[in-house]
Amino acid sequence: MGRFVARRLLQMIPVFIGTTLLIFLMVYSLPGDPIKSLFGPKAADPATVARLRHEYGLDKSLLEQYWNYISGLFQGDFGQSFTGRPVADLMSEAFPVTIRLALLAFGFEVIVGIALGVLTGMRRGKFLDQFVLVLTLLVISVPVFVIGYVTQFLLGLKWKVITPTVQDSENLGQLMIPAIVLAALSLAYVIRLTRTTVGENLRADYIRTAVAKGLPRKRVVGVHLMRNSLIPVVTFLGTDLGLLMGGAIVTEGIFNIQGVGFTLFKAIQTSEGPTVVGIVTVLVLVYLLTSLLVDLLYAVLDPRIRYA
Amino acid sequence: MRGAKSATWVAGAIAVALTATACGGGGNDSDDNAAVNPDGTYTYYNVEPQNPIIPSNTNEVGGGYIVKNLFRGLVDFDEKSKLRLVAAESIDTTDNQTFKVKLKPGWKFHNGEAQTASSFVDAWNWAANAKNKQLNASWFEPIKGYDEVHPAEGDPKAEKLEGLKVTSDLEFTIELKKPVSTFKEQLFYDVFSPLPKAFYKDTKAFGEHPIGNGPYQQDGDWQHKVEFKTKKFADYKGDDKPKNGGVVFKFYNKDDAAYNDLVSDKLDIMYQVPNSMAGQYQNDLGKRAISQMFGGNTNISFPLYEAEWAKPEKVKVRQGLSMAIDRETIAKTALKGSKDAADGYTPKVVEGYQGGACGEFCKFDPAKAKELIKAGGGVPGNKITLTYNADGANKEWADAVCNDIRQNGGVECVTDPKPTFQQARADITERRMKSAFRMAWVQDFPNIQNFISAQYRTKAGANDMEFSDKAVDELMDKADASKTIEESNKLYAEAEKKIIQEQMPSIPLFFDHTLAGYSKKVQNVKFDSFRQAIWTDVEVKK
Repeated sequence: MGRFVARRLLQMIPVFIGTTLLIFLMVYSLPGDPIKSLFGPKAADPATVARLRHEYGLDKSLLEQYWNYISGLFQGDFGQSFTGRPVADLMSEAFPVTIRLALLAFGFEVIVGIALGVLTGMRRGKFLDQFVLVLTLLVISVPVFVIGYVTQFLLGLKWKVITPTVQDSENLGQLMIPAIVLAALSLAYVIRLTRTTVGENLRADYIRTAVAKGLPRKRVVGVHLMRNSLIPVVTFLGTDLGLLMGGAIVTEGIFNIQGVGFTLFKAIQTSEGPTVVGIVTVLVLVYLLTSLLVDLLYAVLDPRIRYA
Repeated sequence: MRGAKSATWVAGAIAVALTATACGGGGNDSDDNAAVNPDGTYTYYNVEPQNPIIPSNTNEVGGGYIVKNLFRGLVDFDEKSKLRLVAAESIDTTDNQTFKVKLKPGWKFHNGEAQTASSFVDAWNWAANAKNKQLNASWFEPIKGYDEVHPAEGDPKAEKLEGLKVTSDLEFTIELKKPVSTFKEQLFYDVFSPLPKAFYKDTKAFGEHPIGNGPYQQDGDWQHKVEFKTKKFADYKGDDKPKNGGVVFKFYNKDDAAYNDLVSDKLDIMYQVPNSMAGQYQNDLGKRAISQMFGGNTNISFPLYEAEWAKPEKVKVRQGLSMAIDRETIAKTALKGSKDAADGYTPKVVEGYQGGACGEFCKFDPAKAKELIKAGGGVPGNKITLTYNADGANKEWADAVCNDIRQNGGVECVTDPKPTFQQARADITERRMKSAFRMAWVQDFPNIQNFISAQYRTKAGANDMEFSDKAVDELMDKADASKTIEESNKLYAEAEKKIIQEQMPSIPLFFDHTLAGYSKKVQNVKFDSFRQAIWTDVEVKK
């Protein structure tokens, strides 16, 4: 187990270097000149452009720029954005907001998703099952921004239950509705996924054996059924956490939440290499860690899986 | 700079739903005589500033509107676009080349430091110095000695602008390289703001906690991407003392979100509602909706650096294309009144506007249009490609204009939307245009000079067409050298007429409107030609 974790952690190093280099190259090849565009529609004055280029190291070769960036990174320096602020500051503003939102959404997904999934899986064909199926189908077929705008319109503007946008990103109550909107799509998948595996495993031999042994129903469902059914769900949830963090841009825009998604979007628009690479690097790390966590969870859920 | 644009049609669908429910809404809720709380603050729509708040490094709206409230320069413009003295008691000149500035006594910075002549001169010297890499440094270009302080290459040869001299505690002189008749107007730019001594000690810290001399001072820390709070500055000596307690600049990523806040009174003033709400916001806001022309225009320009377009007979083609466009109808229908048909480059609300600069060439006349296009030998390549940036509100008019060119001019026309402003700009500034492209101008200051000189002078910074006409340049030089602003305005109007009627390097299309709105919490909200509220006049209801 220890060796497995160590090997996985070591694997992160090439992945990390590869992704940063790739993102660096991609940002570098974006059309438009980031320094000239700082001047807006006015003509950029060449003396200032040259000095700014030098300040941000853009007058060096691409590999040299990358080397400077990476060596800075290992000293804990994420570089400077073109606005003159350290990228670390930008990230420390955006990440807490996004983490709160993502965790809320994730919690919602896990609790409601698995609960409904198990319930419907065990009562296949009954009213609740049919109802949830139709509902999830609806959620899956409607784009997130439609759900977002409609929720905002109904709850915020028409019935005035919530404020249309998030006024205070530290207020979990205000983040609740955006989190539900953000979670909606994945929630639907979690329900369907759980429902299917629960339904399949219900007919499995070991469940029949467990029931035949005379085990209490609580134990059959809670331990035997759940543990085996959750493996695909956990895989999905693991990758989804990363998605919730980086891909919340639509929800963030609708509810005016100042999170990672929009910071990243803006940085790409202004070709701000250090910011894009910094944020994406952190997101990549989140992905790597969650997938490691998922792999470890497999072993917990299914004792047959062992890592050497 | 907006987010996912695919979302707009939903907003449109919701707008329809809103109309249905909002019938009769917005009636009596704008009672302009409610009791006023002089210490009440209000929220103002803005976007996160791109740069730290330093006047000489702020060149976009997000930071610009904050600078405008924290700082007061020598002059500014009133609601009617008339120049007035603010921190200056007098600015005297006899030749538009040497200016004697006398400051009003008793003015203070927010930290209590007295404002003196050096507050201005030192700030300008610092900002103009190439070493300090200020984005707005080129505004000092007319001042004598700029080329030494800010050479095109290499290190500055001098630390200070030769043309600036402090003559006493409250007096200084400005000497220019050559006469500029609108220099007094230009002094209005943020870049000419004074700075306190505290600035030079730590410019980085200052960018986060700016200290100005204006009616408002910063209140607490700048909460990045969330808000920037200001409060009334008790020691402010200007005439426009705030009638409210402070402005809170609230930052939004998407104007749709801000609009929803405005409608539900969570945001107090929005100077530009989303384009998708243009047909709708008057229903939502009733009397609290404002549609007003401001100092901005929308034109389409041609690459005169392309051999085909540079041919003298193509003037006729451009004028013909212009006459094929039914501006009035487009403004009314496709744009729902969010722009007015233009009759020249200079908008009506700008000082120096004379009317009719375009003459018959902006009148809709399909027959004459076809005739002119034919006389000019037709459009190069037999096709117009109209390039614009899709991240602004341009699709509606660009499609409509192209359609008119096709239908009334008999010329094939397609649009070429570039995803971002930045990409469109890169293609334009690197002179890669082959056909028509969008060229818009929002005033730096409300005077005809700004609309003509910045875009149509040979080698001017925003002359994206590479238009060059000796006679026009001479006329502008003459205008700049004139003694009075009235004389200068007249000469510029003459130049404008000459450009359009003899060359038409760009086709005047529209004068832009600001579509603004305010919440039930505020009153006495008026807008100027910069499409900004008169911040100090806004009253917060009790």
